Amino acid sequence: MTSLAPTVVTTNKSGLRSALAWVGSAAILFVLIALPFVLKSYHLGIATQILIFAILAMSVDVLAGFAGRTPLCHGAIFGTATYFVIYGVNTWGLPLPVAMMIGVAAATAVAAVFALLAVRVSGVYFLLLTLALGLVIWGICLRWSQVTGGENGLRGDLRTGALADPATFYALVLVISLCAFFAMRRFVNSPFGLTLRGIRDSESRMASMGYNVTLHVFLAFTISGFFAGVAGAIYAVFNNFVSPSAVALAQSVQGLLMAIVGGIGTLVGSFVGAAVIIILEQFVSAYTERWQMVLGIVFILIMLFAPEGIVGKSRTLWHRRK
Amino acid sequence: MSVFQLLNGMTFAALLFIVASGFTLIFGLLRIVNLAHGALYLLGGYIGLAVAQATGIYLLSGLAAMGGIALAGLVLDQTLLRWVKGYELRQVLLTLGVALVINDLTLVIWGGDTFSVPVPPELQGAASILGVTYPKFRLFVLAVGVATFLALWLMLNKTRLGALIRAGVDDAEMVEASGINIQRVFLLTFMLGAALAGLGGWLGGAFLTLYPSADSEILVFSMAVVIIGGRGSLVGAAVGSVLIGMLNTFGQVWFPELAYFVIFGPMAVLLAFRPLGLFGRAA
Repeated sequence: MTSLAPTVVTTNKSGLRSALAWVGSAAILFVLIALPFVLKSYHLGIATQILIFAILAMSVDVLAGFAGRTPLCHGAIFGTATYFVIYGVNTWGLPLPVAMMIGVAAATAVAAVFALLAVRVSGVYFLLLTLALGLVIWGICLRWSQVTGGENGLRGDLRTGALADPATFYALVLVISLCAFFAMRRFVNSPFGLTLRGIRDSESRMASMGYNVTLHVFLAFTISGFFAGVAGAIYAVFNNFVSPSAVALAQSVQGLLMAIVGGIGTLVGSFVGAAVIIILEQFVSAYTERWQMVLGIVFILIMLFAPEGIVGKSRTLWHRRK
Repeated sequence: MSVFQLLNGMTFAALLFIVASGFTLIFGLLRIVNLAHGALYLLGGYIGLAVAQATGIYLLSGLAAMGGIALAGLVLDQTLLRWVKGYELRQVLLTLGVALVINDLTLVIWGGDTFSVPVPPELQGAASILGVTYPKFRLFVLAVGVATFLALWLMLNKTRLGALIRAGVDDAEMVEASGINIQRVFLLTFMLGAALAGLGGWLGGAFLTLYPSADSEILVFSMAVVIIGGRGSLVGAAVGSVLIGMLNTFGQVWFPELAYFVIFGPMAVLLAFRPLGLFGRAA
């Protein structure tokens, strides 16, 4: 699972390649900015959704690809923020930005609690434990119906004013997701991030060199939870509705799958993964109600044939061509 | 603590043990966290339901549920899991995909309604026990749970297969090096674990009823049991089941809406002190 570290090659030999990479990035950015002028509002909504889920997938990737701990609770952290935003606006009468901040803070707090419980384990145990913890949130949202509305969920009315315009909202989400991307990229390339990669590759060696492994994993988990919360808070505005399915296991699975499809440990792959999964979902849902089955099959196929993901695989091929 | 609630807790614990023992056997020996275990439970329940409706023979429906799910385990192991052997995380995520597919398949076949596996007249109604009147069927589940524990304990401790499984839990490579076909032991264990999920689904199908999200609910309970009890430990699974069964019963009485908290709070505290569970050993 822990595939190649996404070290950008910047030696002289690859001057041309890095130039190519720059041109490519600029082109992608141009397309992203141009989208509102070409797409209909429905398709723009899908593009917005892709960006939101790319943030969620990147938050998973920070933990799975760089700290070497694959979580299955990020859907629950994401959905916690969604619930808090809608509940805050509906019941507490908070202004939207304040509710969103509270939502992100709540998600970060949940992540910190999860992190405290999960830092001591790794590998499959980590996955199992985070899965169980995520399901607790789901159980609470399902059963505590006075607050969460139970299975009916909560309906909000958050897309008012300028946010009601799909193009404006898209632009806003684009800016936030790019900020999140650069923040996370900075984070994983910082000395702290390098230490995380060291922990991923050999925990005992890092510990014997005097690094506080537990603290690093704890912080990485909490920070990744913060970004999952950011995605969840935006999702509240995007979707105007939240139900237990927002915190369900399927949501965590989808976030992880997007990160894996794109390529674990690449960050930028999360955008690709989110795009592939969401476009596939739109496509499949147009013909059949069996999206969950298709998702399961995609999961199985990816695990069997391309566990390093699309970006991971193309990077491998790219570097082999040298 | 009334006798009635004690019995509620114990009967639920018995059902949990049946499901969780299969989960922990597979986890302990094959190192596979089979996230499709809940889905296999649900599928087993539905198979039991279909056979009971078609034939009306209760015992046969149970055997069909166990046999059908053991077969499903065989197919799952031989067609999918063998390709990702040795990659723990890929195995887990693969079983997750399988769980999604099975869950959706059952939704296609049986729809979203709630079903209950029909129970023969001998097990319907109530019996008088310890001074209270208590549903017979739940007592039957308790009896099956205890019998399963005893059977598994005898199998693990008194038979050759059990000795191989125990040795495999400790050091699979060493067992293989001494000329044992460990792959066959692995496969048998996987089928046995799956059959236990089927048995659980058949009993749970009348105890808790069958509905589309029943698989995640039983899965989270089984995982809590195994996290508390420790990987691959039969006694751990029994202790964990009783603990979770009791906590769930009393949680539902005292804090009905936060019952999940009551279960997972103690689990979390335990993990802070023993990350590998009560009876877990480092791999």
